[in-house]
Amino acid sequence: MSSSSDGPLTAATAHGGHDIPSWGGGSLPYAVPSKKLGMWLFIVSDAITFSAVIFAYGYLRLAAAAWPRPFGTPSIANATVMTFVLLSSSVAMVLAVRASSLGKVSGAVGWLVATALGGVVFDILHIREWLGLIGEGVRPFHNPWGTPMFGAAFFTMTGLHMLHVTIGVVYLLVIAVGFGRRKFSAADVEVSGLYWHFVDLVWMFIFPLVYLLSAKTA
Amino acid sequence: MAMEAQQHQHTAPTGFIRKYIFSLDHKVIGKQYYFLAIASVFLGMVLSWLVRIHLVWPNVHVWGLGALSPAGAPGGVISPEYYLSLLTIHGTLMVFFVLTTAPQAGFGNYALPIQIGAEDMAFPTLNMLSFWVTFLALCALVSTLFVEDGPPISGWTAYPPLSAVGSLAGPGQGMGQNLWAVSIALFCIGSLLGALNFITTTVDLRCKGMTLMRMPLTCWAWLITAILSLLSFAVLFAACVLLILDRNAGTSFFLPSGLLVNGQLQNHSGGSPLLWQHLFWFFGHPEVYIAIVPGFGVISHVLSVFSRKPVLGYKVIVTCLLAIGFLSFTVWGHHMFLSGMSPYSGFLFSIPTLIITIPATIVSLLWLGTVYGGKLRFTTCMMFALGFVSVFVTGGLGGMFLAQPSLDIFLHGTYFVVGHFHMVMGVAAIFGMFAGTYFWFPKMFGRMMNERLGKIHFWITFIGVYCIFMPMHFIGLEGMPRRYSSFVNDLMQPLMPVHKFMTIAALITGAAQFIFLFNLFWSMYKGPKAPENPWESTTLEWTVPSPPPFDNFGGKHPVVYHDAYEYGDVHNGKDYVMQTDPAGQPAKS
Amino acid sequence: MGKAFAVVLTIITTVSVAIFVSRHWWFPEVASAHGGAMDHQFLETFVGAAIGFILAQLGLAAFAWKYGERKGETRPIRIFPGGAKWLVVLALVYVGSEIILLEFVGQKVWAAMYFTPPAADSLQVQVLAGQFAFYFRYPGPDGKFGPIHTGKIDETKGNFFGIDPSDPGSKDDIVTVELAVPVNKPVELLLNSKDMGHGFYVPEMRIQQDIVPGMEIPLHFTPTKIGKYDIACNQLCGLGHYTMRAFLEVMSEEDYQKWIVEQASLQ
Repeated sequence: MSSSSDGPLTAATAHGGHDIPSWGGGSLPYAVPSKKLGMWLFIVSDAITFSAVIFAYGYLRLAAAAWPRPFGTPSIANATVMTFVLLSSSVAMVLAVRASSLGKVSGAVGWLVATALGGVVFDILHIREWLGLIGEGVRPFHNPWGTPMFGAAFFTMTGLHMLHVTIGVVYLLVIAVGFGRRKFSAADVEVSGLYWHFVDLVWMFIFPLVYLLSAKTA
Repeated sequence: MAMEAQQHQHTAPTGFIRKYIFSLDHKVIGKQYYFLAIASVFLGMVLSWLVRIHLVWPNVHVWGLGALSPAGAPGGVISPEYYLSLLTIHGTLMVFFVLTTAPQAGFGNYALPIQIGAEDMAFPTLNMLSFWVTFLALCALVSTLFVEDGPPISGWTAYPPLSAVGSLAGPGQGMGQNLWAVSIALFCIGSLLGALNFITTTVDLRCKGMTLMRMPLTCWAWLITAILSLLSFAVLFAACVLLILDRNAGTSFFLPSGLLVNGQLQNHSGGSPLLWQHLFWFFGHPEVYIAIVPGFGVISHVLSVFSRKPVLGYKVIVTCLLAIGFLSFTVWGHHMFLSGMSPYSGFLFSIPTLIITIPATIVSLLWLGTVYGGKLRFTTCMMFALGFVSVFVTGGLGGMFLAQPSLDIFLHGTYFVVGHFHMVMGVAAIFGMFAGTYFWFPKMFGRMMNERLGKIHFWITFIGVYCIFMPMHFIGLEGMPRRYSSFVNDLMQPLMPVHKFMTIAALITGAAQFIFLFNLFWSMYKGPKAPENPWESTTLEWTVPSPPPFDNFGGKHPVVYHDAYEYGDVHNGKDYVMQTDPAGQPAKS
Repeated sequence: MGKAFAVVLTIITTVSVAIFVSRHWWFPEVASAHGGAMDHQFLETFVGAAIGFILAQLGLAAFAWKYGERKGETRPIRIFPGGAKWLVVLALVYVGSEIILLEFVGQKVWAAMYFTPPAADSLQVQVLAGQFAFYFRYPGPDGKFGPIHTGKIDETKGNFFGIDPSDPGSKDDIVTVELAVPVNKPVELLLNSKDMGHGFYVPEMRIQQDIVPGMEIPLHFTPTKIGKYDIACNQLCGLGHYTMRAFLEVMSEEDYQKWIVEQASLQ
């Protein structure tokens, strides 16, 4: 922080000879667009919220005498498909950002919708998984296999993530419509992409921590 | 978010609602936060009066209280459990809705954009949203006073299982505690949005020539506080969500097995009360600095202005603030020395806790060095700044004791702790807010405050806080536990006169705050008109009319040529150089 | 105004220090083996803090007294000799030496209480805290505690501890409402809670420990003075928190033997 602050200082004094320091009034000293920086900061804080929940899960799982490992092959397969869908949607997101920056409006809108569609499929698969577990008797306060914290941790972590995916789907569709009507710029598409990749990245932590660590041992 | 860029180049709104209620103008939002804090601080103060009164005159009838809470205070006599409710709401209001809002969101919103030469915050709509979310949070908290069971009784730290098992645990632990948790979760969201906005604004919207190292120290303080908020409220938010789930969805994050509450065996199992303490204090310690660092900024700024000297060691202060910010994330365990966590971690946590006193000591000494050899102008604002240095040093030294786990064995949970944290983060931060108010009032409202009333307010407050909080250290040494609604312990009875003294001091000091309140509102309408730069200060907010126009600079783009604190060298009959003055020579500092 | 501030601040400083130094309000007299070292460490810290307190407050008072601006004055401002550098050095030396002194030399008390196991011949007593009372259990001749079953707690039948009489370890256990220990003999407490977080605080013994439900937290000390002391709950545990207390009675060895026999007969 303090070393980076020296940068603009010297830059400004270097230009101090004439009246215009290194940047013009009101534009961006660090050339980071505000919305992008704002989204990055949001991601930082949201990542910390997820970390706190994951920390809680780790803390309790380590303290527990035995943690259930109920996920058989169908569950793991389903979660793998979900992972694949989410990763594919991230690829679509990359293409949407690319198309938007090249000014291809219909292409960008198409890819954005495809990304959102990936999110919807992910949600549907996930809700099916939830319903399956609920059918087996898993509740936040009870499950057939052992410490009730299993259900609590599972529903809290995946639920929080699912909420993020769902919000993301809405967000992407709003951006898609807005970009189609030229109300939003390519920068807005890029910012929404940051959010989507972040949600995707969070899943890459949740998937191993929740599913793989609780896979049935042969 | 996309629309904000357009709204940013705004023309002033004309309707009352868009102008004063759902305003996007950072100056209006800053004032909204400020008045939210004023309302909270007076409510919190009245609650602390009730707490103090109950301690020494438990049978006194408080007028009107019986009607507010027939169960908690039948006939206006405060019951022991209602004492805990009052204490909880007092703490929560003060820590969250006063110490976190006014110094940062209030003054920061008002002054930061002007001081860095911006027209507004980076995200005006988000800014409005953060205020209204915070307002909702306050409503949720205050509403606990009116629900059937009354407010929660678990203190502002809300340790489970007391806070997590529901109404079995005591009155107020049902609906009241739920509302508390929702209120805090909302408050987290408001603070996160605000923090994000502050950082982006400071990084992106500085005007031409306003390099980071030319920013006033207030801006540095707000930036660092925003970073702390962004990183710590995210954790508290998670903790609140888990607490809400424990209370309402039957999960057991904070509840172990085998709890027998009120004769009923609980179904929970698998959780840990210590988990809450870790999450809470991971937020809770940075929170202390969120409350006090904006005060550091204001005091450094104000001491320089009224000493007519450049602030001593600008770069050192910036470095120290950054160090404090960083270290504040490594010390949360010192709240938990006796919590039952590993004694080795207790030992380890005490090291950064003592180390963090180094930058705090450096900053305090630099304030003394700034005052040394100056030409001090004893305005009310300056008096509060000097008072801040005094109470901060006093409170901070108490931390030397509490930072050592071996002394904490005795002092933990006693009035020594209460005296310490009230002095160092409560009173000091409030003094920072008073200094800020007396300093920026002319700019905010276009009129001057009454100096005579201000001085009376200062003297009673300054002497009063020492009379209230210094004796708390003394009785802490006797081992007097905090959060006791009365002292059945015979050994504690001899300390009753001290408690009476503190209560009377609190009543007088509190009453003096109404002088301030009167001064505030009276001056708003009747004070003499403020000139553009009444304090002969150098920063950008003093280059614009009081109050500033809607877009701060009247369509002009300010350009900065100087450091923020060029005082002392006389040019053209002036002993200061405005940051925007193209002609002035840089001072020799 | 600056002179008034200087005078008031000097008075506040003097009175505060005088009250501390008079020891009118001070620690209760120590009654445990490790307590003396803790008091000593407090004194060391106090001397360091008092020096800082007096110098800072009086310095502030002196500057406020001396440097007030008079009307029409043309004296130049003076920069602090040596600038910020010497103040930084001063802070580093002052706080640094305190840290080294207190942290690395002075943590013997913490180490003695928490890093060393209790003596082998310690008297073990189990403590069960609940809203709003403490109960104590002595292991009896077999030296063993049976498990606590919170579900079996029934105050109407006098089963305060949740003891199952069929547990082999529980048969000869002695449950009391008062903690009695012989003087000069090490004691190890095993702290448990059945509902809330509680605290176990005996100021004279210089011991304090939070009691956390779901954990059994050990705490050991050696009482050195015969007498009756208050045990206070010092962690907010609910509406009756302030009423939650018990007594610690330190007895001579003979009195203790008589007492424990008497208690055993009451079971």
